[in-house]
Amino acid sequence: MKNLNILVASLALLVFFAGRPTGSGYEVGDKVKDFSLKSVDGKMVSLADYKTAKGFIVIFDCNTCPFSKAYLNRIKALNDKYADNGFPVIAINSNDSKRSPGDSYKEMVKYAKKNDYQHPYLYDEDQSVATRFGATNTPHVYVLKKTGNEMVVDYIGAIDNNTKDADAADKKYVEDAVDALLKGQKPGVTKTKAIGCTIKWKEA
Amino acid sequence: MKNTLVILLIAVAAVANGQSVEVIKVPDLQQLMEQESEEVQVINFWATWCAPCIKELPYFEKARESYADKIKVHLVSLDFADQLEKVNRFASRKALKSNLYLLDNVDYNSWINKVDPSWTGAIPATLIINPKTGKRKFVESEMKEEELNAIIKELLTKS
Repeated sequence: MKNLNILVASLALLVFFAGRPTGSGYEVGDKVKDFSLKSVDGKMVSLADYKTAKGFIVIFDCNTCPFSKAYLNRIKALNDKYADNGFPVIAINSNDSKRSPGDSYKEMVKYAKKNDYQHPYLYDEDQSVATRFGATNTPHVYVLKKTGNEMVVDYIGAIDNNTKDADAADKKYVEDAVDALLKGQKPGVTKTKAIGCTIKWKEA
Repeated sequence: MKNTLVILLIAVAAVANGQSVEVIKVPDLQQLMEQESEEVQVINFWATWCAPCIKELPYFEKARESYADKIKVHLVSLDFADQLEKVNRFASRKALKSNLYLLDNVDYNSWINKVDPSWTGAIPATLIINPKTGKRKFVESEMKEEELNAIIKELLTKS
């Protein structure tokens, strides 16, 4: 009976933790575990598919958030600028489509087409990738650098310091981080706060 | 008689429309957080596009009435400044009576830590301060009505 109680208590804990991300996640310097998620073209995408990549600009993003919309063109520009230099953008939508119907896979496909996405836009349907990364908001950026056979986190946070107006941004956190990494240096700023909409977690 | 009626109509319209939204900058927000006051200051960060924020707004409006003279409620919208009209329309439709602001500064990393170092940047977020005791409480999530009232009560107590 006592064992049963412990079992029930453990199960309850398990449910609690499964329902809500614990606030942990990757920090700068952590190694990233690869994932395999479906992109808007129907193909599965993993980091390992990019044989020549020197790193990645992983962005937790979505269709519906005003902050994501404000950064849409800047996200596309990051891919234009850095994909050929070995740091492609990988966008991931982790929003629960029940809570945010505008972020369903079907809507992602439409949105990527309408906005002519050149970068993959992946659907993290079970939210496991966002949970593992510790992503909380959209857009939320993780710059990764290939180190040996591992992908290591070198920057976490916002894209730049002016959500509304790209031209007025005088701190381009992600560009500065990738530029530094391309020169073989460490980014000067490794962590900022990514202000945006909260990721819509599934109801427990 | 006619004049009285007009004045009355204007007065009724003003009450129904609630407050209008004042655009503020970071120093104004800082002043709000640091001002000396007998009243507990309740500062809620929200936006018209944030569904959980809108859900909890009535709790702040109600608290404002239940603790009249003891607290001041400030609703700080983080909508972009070019959305001011939309925020005003929203405030008028919901007849919001709290103090309404739109914080015009999108360089979030320059001010967010001043509100609270633990703030990741998600909204709703609420800061409750008792300027007399110096006690403050920061909550970065949607609150239930009882939760909000419990924190207000806690901060209202002396010592």
